[in-house]
Amino acid sequence: MEYNFQFGVLANYLPEFFGGLGLTLFLSFAGIFGGLGLGIACAIISVRGPLFPRAVVRIYVEIMRNTPMLVQIFVIFFGLPSLGVRLSPFTSVLVAIVLNNGGYIAEIVRAGIESIHPSQIEAAESLGLTRGQTMRFVILPPALERVMTPIISQSVLLMLATSLVSAVGVEDLTGVAMIASSETFRTMEIYLVIAVIYICLNFIFRILLNAVGLIVFKRSRQRFLGRV
Amino acid sequence: MSVIQVENIRKRFGSLEVLKGVSMSVEAGEVVALIGRSGSGKSTLLRCLNGLEMIDEGAIAIAGHRMSYNAAELRALRRDVGIVFQGYNLFPHLTAGENIMLAPVQVKRLSKSEARIEAQRCLDLVGLGDRFDSYPDMLSGGQQQRVAIARSLAMQPVVMLFDEVTSALDPELTEEVLAAIEDLAAQGMTMILVTHEMRFARRVADRTIYMRDGIIHEQGPSDSLFAEPQTSELRSFLKAELGQ
Repeated sequence: MEYNFQFGVLANYLPEFFGGLGLTLFLSFAGIFGGLGLGIACAIISVRGPLFPRAVVRIYVEIMRNTPMLVQIFVIFFGLPSLGVRLSPFTSVLVAIVLNNGGYIAEIVRAGIESIHPSQIEAAESLGLTRGQTMRFVILPPALERVMTPIISQSVLLMLATSLVSAVGVEDLTGVAMIASSETFRTMEIYLVIAVIYICLNFIFRILLNAVGLIVFKRSRQRFLGRV
Repeated sequence: MSVIQVENIRKRFGSLEVLKGVSMSVEAGEVVALIGRSGSGKSTLLRCLNGLEMIDEGAIAIAGHRMSYNAAELRALRRDVGIVFQGYNLFPHLTAGENIMLAPVQVKRLSKSEARIEAQRCLDLVGLGDRFDSYPDMLSGGQQQRVAIARSLAMQPVVMLFDEVTSALDPELTEEVLAAIEDLAAQGMTMILVTHEMRFARRVADRTIYMRDGIIHEQGPSDSLFAEPQTSELRSFLKAELGQ
């Protein structure tokens, strides 16, 4: 078994790789923050909403968490046109990523909300706060702070999962790698490089998202600064 | 003029009837202690007074509001009725000052700077003027409870309800909380205290109500009630509580 590693050919694809990297970053951020917004909204509905919206949210969350993301992408890109909804590959994967992440985040945030003791709600309502104000100022902030770690883990997993969009021809980092490898046959070199880039992205995302958490949550920030 | 008027209220939890027809009235500036064994209904009665528990029968009028379970009317009532809980229930993600400012800003629509001044004033009242920026978990139980009292005071309530506020505290910390409550009594605040501190009830409350099995079993001016209990049940209760 002798194999000569030749990384040189990759240099020709540098612009494509940067383009792919940009797309991966964009899809990741859109998925993470879009999914976060969607997930928080769904979590609130699933603990406090009226029966019907709550049932809709439950079904949505179960579908997202119990089907592979690749299948979700295929349903939106290949399936919806049969119903007359034709989306570009890029729009399809964007929708799939946000919906997928929203389902997972909804469950995480719901657990956070349910971990808040009912006495907190009694205290807030005894002060005359409305249900909405109680959710916004008393329940959500500590709930989100408590589940910050699982949210960050889920976000990083989502970043890795964006590679699935290459399956419908979207040229993210993985998509570009597929093209480059089929043209150069330097498969091993290309995917090794891609893997290293994903590892780096992983660390960068973790650090960035933790930093965002520390900026948003004053209490966590003070604890962190206290430890340093 | 009575600030609190309770007429023959009943409250059931499932098949268990906790309040079996309670009537009472409290005058402005009066301090009333509710005593009785666990399960006698005294905490439930207190929680009914600000709508945390819904009554099944009877009527309540408090601080100029008739008890209603319409959300907006209940909020209006609660603005005028402060309650302090056994477990403090401070918001852990907010500092002492922010805990106090939240309701004046959100409910009364005070500006941040007005609310800050008011919060500082209320913290000064309970002797914690220097702990504005402390988070609840940096404070002792007694300090947390005093912040909770300050938080209620900041809404400038007409009536204050205290639900066993010292039961979770050791004797030393109990004293500082009781001192804060005594100050309020001296300023003429109308208050109902559910308490196990018999000596405190006797000293601070104008009137004491002894509850037993969901009804008012005996009541009277604190001095005479503690000195000469009329019923054998109250006598044995006081004997057990005071350890004599």
